[in-house]
Amino acid sequence: MIAEGGHYALVLALALALIQSTAPLIGARLRDPMLMNLARSTALAQLGFVAMSFAALVTLHVTSDFSVANVYENSHSMKPLIYKITGVWGNHEGSMLLWVGILALFGGLVALFGNNLPLTLRADALAVQGWVSTAFYLFILFTSNPFVRLANAPIEGRDLNPILQDVGLAVHPPLLYLGYVGFSISFSFAIAALIEGRIDAAWARWVRPWTLMAWTFLTLGIAMGSYWAYYELGWGGWWFWDPVENASLMPWLAGTALLHSAVVMEKRNALKVWTVLLAILTFSLSLLGTFLVRSGVLTSVHAFATDPTRGVFILLILCVFIGGSLALYAWRASSLKQGGLFAPISREGALVLNNLLLTTACATVLVGTLYPLGLEVLTGERISVGAPFFNLTFAPLFVPLLLAMPFGTLLAWKRGDLLGAAQRLLMAALVALVSVAVLWAWTRGGSTFAPLAIGLAVFVMLGALTDLAERCMVFRAPLMVSWRRARGLPRSSWGTTFAHLGVGVALIGIVCESTWNTELITTLKPGGAVMVAGYELTLDGIEQRQGPNYAEMLTHFTVREGSRVIGVMAPSKRSFSTRAMSTTEAALLSRGFSQLYVSLGDSAADGGIAARIYHKPMVLLIWFGPVLMAFGGLLSLSDRRLRVGAPRPAKTARALQAAE
Amino acid sequence: MDDGGAPVPSGWFGMTRKQRRLTMIGGALVVLAIAVALVLNALRDSIVFFSTPTMVSEKQIPPGKRFRLGGLVEPGSLHKGAHLAVTFTVSDGSAALPVAYTGILPDLFREGQGVVAEGALDASGTFKADTVLAKHDETYMPKDVADALKKQGHWKDDYGAGNKVDANATPAAAPRSIQ
Repeated sequence: MIAEGGHYALVLALALALIQSTAPLIGARLRDPMLMNLARSTALAQLGFVAMSFAALVTLHVTSDFSVANVYENSHSMKPLIYKITGVWGNHEGSMLLWVGILALFGGLVALFGNNLPLTLRADALAVQGWVSTAFYLFILFTSNPFVRLANAPIEGRDLNPILQDVGLAVHPPLLYLGYVGFSISFSFAIAALIEGRIDAAWARWVRPWTLMAWTFLTLGIAMGSYWAYYELGWGGWWFWDPVENASLMPWLAGTALLHSAVVMEKRNALKVWTVLLAILTFSLSLLGTFLVRSGVLTSVHAFATDPTRGVFILLILCVFIGGSLALYAWRASSLKQGGLFAPISREGALVLNNLLLTTACATVLVGTLYPLGLEVLTGERISVGAPFFNLTFAPLFVPLLLAMPFGTLLAWKRGDLLGAAQRLLMAALVALVSVAVLWAWTRGGSTFAPLAIGLAVFVMLGALTDLAERCMVFRAPLMVSWRRARGLPRSSWGTTFAHLGVGVALIGIVCESTWNTELITTLKPGGAVMVAGYELTLDGIEQRQGPNYAEMLTHFTVREGSRVIGVMAPSKRSFSTRAMSTTEAALLSRGFSQLYVSLGDSAADGGIAARIYHKPMVLLIWFGPVLMAFGGLLSLSDRRLRVGAPRPAKTARALQAAE
Repeated sequence: MDDGGAPVPSGWFGMTRKQRRLTMIGGALVVLAIAVALVLNALRDSIVFFSTPTMVSEKQIPPGKRFRLGGLVEPGSLHKGAHLAVTFTVSDGSAALPVAYTGILPDLFREGQGVVAEGALDASGTFKADTVLAKHDETYMPKDVADALKKQGHWKDDYGAGNKVDANATPAAAPRSIQ
């Protein structure tokens, strides 16, 4: 009954979404408050039904009801409880249910906390949200129903793909979806503005916290996914420019641009038409990502070809929403009142440059991701576009962006003083140059690129701190005054500083890891030892043991620095009998921000075992940077609460907590 | 909002609103042109083509040129040497090519199953692979291999049966595939 109940709840949610996508829109045209308010109640009820549907699927997985196809194909009665729960979204059908669930969650939050919005704007925005929901409910019900029963219930399930049996699955997809799908709010508001033909600074003030929230989650989601790939796959890599990764990076780049252009719109009432376009593009890229990942077009063309319904359905959704919104934009954008132009040397000028570089970088990622698909469709020739392509296109566009970043924050609105900004950045630039020189001398004969890149990172970080110091008048006023000024600074200023610091921190991690990474692949017998980057690793022994749904070969390594033991590492190899698959569980040992990394290969006939051992200097900074960025995002969000005159800022902050 | 469309006598270099806008658009076009140049340059130099053993012999790929080789690992062809050196043969049913690789093979590398290797031919006609990618679950086959086998007429329907898991030919992508 639970499966049927879940299915039924989903159908009811669809019915509500249909009402939500039409009635408020008509109400807004007729100025009928009752019809407009229907948006609020339907959005909340819809959230309730999706939650019930999702709870039903979780229950089926937890109770191992193998009469349901989705549970049979992705679960196993011996699987630990946490993976029974996370396994719900570790497959196509369940992950789409999570997708619409989060979409409904955001709709519900707007309905709950949007009391201060103009009634027509709320009605229109929620109606647009209803269109997106409707499309995806139809997609799930027609092509990816997770509640389908099997005629003869099997006794045991086929288990979840072992690679996914990890806590990463518990955190990464929900965070990523909160980001991805969160951009639907900016999209809905952009479309609503186009429908109404009216847009102002209040619109930006409303959209900005939602964008910031989505961006914060997406940042964390991408970083989490990267760390997961790093420790789970046993290859020591953390970013592969894989289409699936690019699918999440593109909305992030566009969303970052949107975040900055919305500031210009809020503060200066300019860049309106551009901000609306960015909001549309950002969510379109989220939809494109969903298509790339969910249609199967990337992983196996034959799955796409033998069962094209899914892919074609999402492609249809993609075309309708992207095509429709861009057509609406082309038709209505001219009706939005143009904002003013401004001097290029100003804060807003710098933010335009930021937008230009970010969107261009995003476009190169788009080309690199879609070009192989397009080429195959057109000529049948198959190619792979990997890291070399992106290093040659993406990186050169990011260098000017990072160079300009410290200047941007130091320029004033309206008319900035570039020379003055340069003078204030002199100290940062000098320290950066000195660090380049020191690093270059220290790593003599090594890479010339790495010291320069680290110098750039130092410049970015010190630039962010210079901005903060200027605002607090550090060194120019008595310490107590600076302290008082620092406490009085708006939290969004602190947020900017942390986010920009995070960029520099991540860059240092990326450069150090990719330049001074040590890799050793070897065969070891018990008692054998190897030296890696000054550490001695001894294989103490190999042990066989039995896990809940796998057999495991566990090895023990002792790590010494000189003669001192600094830790033990226990990498293992697991064999999952149900799927006849094995996974490599890497062992990590952190030393400061650097890590030792051991993953196992095959065991040899002579009792030895192959092992991959890496020393990865400063590798943890790669993920610490994004965490700083997300922390900056949260700080800025909390600022809204204190802001006088912003529409119900406290509610926005609470909305964030509710979403966590 | 500060000029409201009227010509501005002062401001930056005394430009009118129209001139300012043109300057902005010009700047944007310069950045775009640079990006296009970068992309075209990168597409010429850094992409890797895919070939099956049959295509290798037809196209006469010169030694040293990087490409991806896809096919099935011929049963009985896998030999493990000292210091993690391995050799195996990749076949697509009509032609076969010897492959040499040093390192740890992926968890799911097996004889008789699909594989994609990246590297280049050496002077003796052996494919020196520096990366080996294997399929990620029992029923999954890398897309390149599946298509190539179909073309050669060696496709069996059960190869693709039950392919519900989002597997990926790239080892890198597996955890992301649940997005």
